[in-house]
Amino acid sequence: MTLARRIIPCLDTDGERVVKGVRFVNLRDAGDPAALAARYNREGADELVVLDIAASRDHRPTFLETIRRVAAELAIPLSAGGGVATVDEGRAILRAGADKLTVNTAALRRPELLTELAAEFGSQAVVLAIDAKRTGDHWEAFVRGGRDSAGCDALEWAREGAARGAGEILLTSMDRDGTRSGFDLALTSAVSRAVSVPVIASGGADTPTDFLDVFVEGRADAALAASIFHDAVQGLGELKRFLASRDVPVRLV
Amino acid sequence: MKISLVEYDAGNLPSVERALARQGIETERAATPGAIRAAEALILPGVGHFGQLMRTLAARGLAGPVREAIERGTPLLGICLGLQALFAESDEAPGEAGLEIFAGRVVALPPTDKLPHMGWNQLRRVRPSALLEGVPADAYFYFAHTYAALEAGEAAVALCDHAAPFVAALERANLFAVQFHPEKSGDAGARVLANFVARARGNGHS
Repeated sequence: MTLARRIIPCLDTDGERVVKGVRFVNLRDAGDPAALAARYNREGADELVVLDIAASRDHRPTFLETIRRVAAELAIPLSAGGGVATVDEGRAILRAGADKLTVNTAALRRPELLTELAAEFGSQAVVLAIDAKRTGDHWEAFVRGGRDSAGCDALEWAREGAARGAGEILLTSMDRDGTRSGFDLALTSAVSRAVSVPVIASGGADTPTDFLDVFVEGRADAALAASIFHDAVQGLGELKRFLASRDVPVRLV
Repeated sequence: MKISLVEYDAGNLPSVERALARQGIETERAATPGAIRAAEALILPGVGHFGQLMRTLAARGLAGPVREAIERGTPLLGICLGLQALFAESDEAPGEAGLEIFAGRVVALPPTDKLPHMGWNQLRRVRPSALLEGVPADAYFYFAHTYAALEAGEAAVALCDHAAPFVAALERANLFAVQFHPEKSGDAGARVLANFVARARGNGHS
């Protein structure tokens, strides 16, 4: 009896449609979020993440409607975020049907946001998303969808975020994101050792072996991917059966 | 039979409604003392903070009616924080009284494992359980919590192990509670909800 390692498909949306790109650029349409959510729920996803990567205030009602449509398809947990900067915005996302909020840029600008969200909704509902990029001998946290360096050390920020109330870290390697060259094991393992909360590894997934490596060597508690699932390059059931055969505890459906 | 969901503004109510609706089970929200007194069966959902839950229940005059419903034998299912609220107190909110159906204290899990206990885990069954009837022994359920009840005497029907063994499911006559989220636990969770509703219906007809 062990806590299963989670496999989490991620839907990056422009608010309404699923989009994808390489290293946060060259976005193209990848389908209807509710249809993809229904498929992943059926195929054995352990959780789903839906992000609004455009996150502009004027289309927020569209994104809330997307959350409602996605949540209606799920019998598994849902995290959602993109541009959440206040407790009220967080509440709107949870009320729309998400179980957890992911926050990124706004928390780096004002770290107290994590404490406020945790006090209101509980740490289990607060996911700190960190976009990390190798810079010299360390990793730096980036903001605004990976456009600007936040000028702070990703490991330090992960520690501070957890101390301030984040119940989970969603860690994206910007060097690997969209490249299908495997997860950044050094980054993931460094962050996983640095914090006492669960770490979701993201960026670079391609083969089943990449997932095995990130759970064993990378010490990840969960692994997230987008395009390999959307394009059906990798089936969820097949991936989990492979991991089970290598003694990684997973929930088979 | 309608299932009444205790409404106190915290979190997972719509998820529970959707999970029951998928099985064709009718629900209504109970936000007043009268609605709770009139309920044939209750679900106390829970996400958030022990102190905030107890204060909100008190402010709305719902704590007494919920306690009385349990004492009268109205079937009730507590979910997550809704399980913890049945106890006398919690490390999460020292000094704040729970519903005191069970005497013990809800404690913070020890930091020997990653916390929150977040994700899918299996149960260790320790007594026959109506809630878990027909659920495969190796089924996974979704948990998301940092605090837990370590014991519930004869009422504990299933335990889970993460950092420490804790109560994952408890049953005593018509009172049921689970630390996991059945509404987020796929087919296994759907079966637990269906089992609760079946018991509640059986109660109504007897």
